[in-house]
Amino acid sequence: MSIEAKEEFRPKIVAFCCNWCSYAGADLAGSSRLGYPADVKIIRVPCSCRVNPMFILRAFEKGADGVIMCGCHPGDCHYSTGNYYARRRMTLLFSMLDFIGVENGRTRVEWVSAAEGARFSDTMNDFVEKIRSLGKNVRLEDLRCRS
Amino acid sequence: MQELINRAKELLADNTVARVLGWRAGDLPYDPEPAYFETEDALKDFVYNGFCGANLSKYMIEASKLEGKTLVFLKPCDTYSFNQLLKEHRVDREKAYIIGVGCKGKLDIEKIRKQGVKGIRGISGAEMTDDADVLTIDTIYGEKTCAYQDVMLGRCHVCKGKEHKVYDELIGESRETTDAERFAEVEAIEAMSPQERFAYFKKELSKCIRCNACRNVCPACSCRKCVFDSNKFDSSQKANADSFEEKMFHIIRAFHVAGRCTDCGECSRVCPQGIPLHLFNRKFIKEIDQLYGEYQAGEDTESKAPLTDYTFEDAEPSIIGERG
Ligand code: SF4
Ligand code: SF4
Repeated sequence: MSIEAKEEFRPKIVAFCCNWCSYAGADLAGSSRLGYPADVKIIRVPCSCRVNPMFILRAFEKGADGVIMCGCHPGDCHYSTGNYYARRRMTLLFSMLDFIGVENGRTRVEWVSAAEGARFSDTMNDFVEKIRSLGKNVRLEDLRCRS
Repeated sequence: MQELINRAKELLADNTVARVLGWRAGDLPYDPEPAYFETEDALKDFVYNGFCGANLSKYMIEASKLEGKTLVFLKPCDTYSFNQLLKEHRVDREKAYIIGVGCKGKLDIEKIRKQGVKGIRGISGAEMTDDADVLTIDTIYGEKTCAYQDVMLGRCHVCKGKEHKVYDELIGESRETTDAERFAEVEAIEAMSPQERFAYFKKELSKCIRCNACRNVCPACSCRKCVFDSNKFDSSQKANADSFEEKMFHIIRAFHVAGRCTDCGECSRVCPQGIPLHLFNRKFIKEIDQLYGEYQAGEDTESKAPLTDYTFEDAEPSIIGERG
């Protein structure tokens, strides 16, 4: 008989946040004492448009259970149009991930401004909840690697 | 075929072109290969038949750097790729003399083999001049027949049409081959559960040996320095990676050509492992059509590619989950 450790599932979540809006939003959430789970690891990027789709694939490869990208609201991009391009790119990437069997709920884009600390914390709480309910992610791996 | 050779000879003789880019007979009746012909004499090995699936447009990148014009033979679907390369300034229109050749659907030797035909010595009915609906195959076990329709490449069943998008002259007749719904295969996969989809792609992609043939043949993969050749990324080669390697390669590649892929089907044709690579590209094409308006890469040389464009009203990425 094997004994299974009944540990609570702690998802690994990566959040790409743009420097100008969402990262500042995260800061505000912090200084306003609004909590969000420590499962979220924030990676700061200069603009949501800097998020190469490969970053997201890499995150999943390294074992992320969910990836969220946050940027300035459309129209508010510090570089004027970066987030419009990012929006198309992420839409297509998420659709492809869904196509190969990574449930759509594991990827998300939210627009969070520097003034929206509460929105940042709510978004993260909600996303972590969602990933907890989905459970552990599939491993994107080669069949030959495991027997 | 003779007509093409004669015309090529004329163009070589009057110095309109310095060389001819076409297909040369291979060792076996079903494996012609892309080749340059620089003399009239060399053209005796020229072939154009049902097995000339190879899309020659990508070779024009190199040919554009050579002295003088190159005569290139393009099938209707190949002209989309050429147009796309023109749009991306990868080929020089001035360096190309394009003869649009007719197409009656190209053949898939694997499908012929799947019908149990082995020991092939000769094939008739694959010539472009005959209107044969049946291939007669001479094998060491006797004569076999296959219906042309049944052994066509998958891509010919969803052909974009037999109209050449760019050419200097046209030679030869075409035959309509479209008899399937372009997105049916993609839709069948979309209808599966995420677990089934995951299992399906895991199984398919695990066959990949990372030979890079799909990348090398792809007319959209024309980057001078490919991310898969750079040792700065761990995506560079088939490492003894423990994970994800293949999916990574295929998603990245499909993403790089999204909005630029003309759906020429070369990737699936050349894959030695028979992986249905076109599914990735077609999935993107389907999404682009639905979300950003119908777009056919290579249709023209002016329009903006979907991923280098945006509108204020574009759908939010959450649409993927919402539409179910
Ligand atoms: S895989 Fe990407 S980087 Fe490599 S040639 Fe194709 S488009 Fe370029
Ligand atoms: S051609 Fe097939 S086996 Fe070769 S790299 Fe592409 S998918 Fe893999």
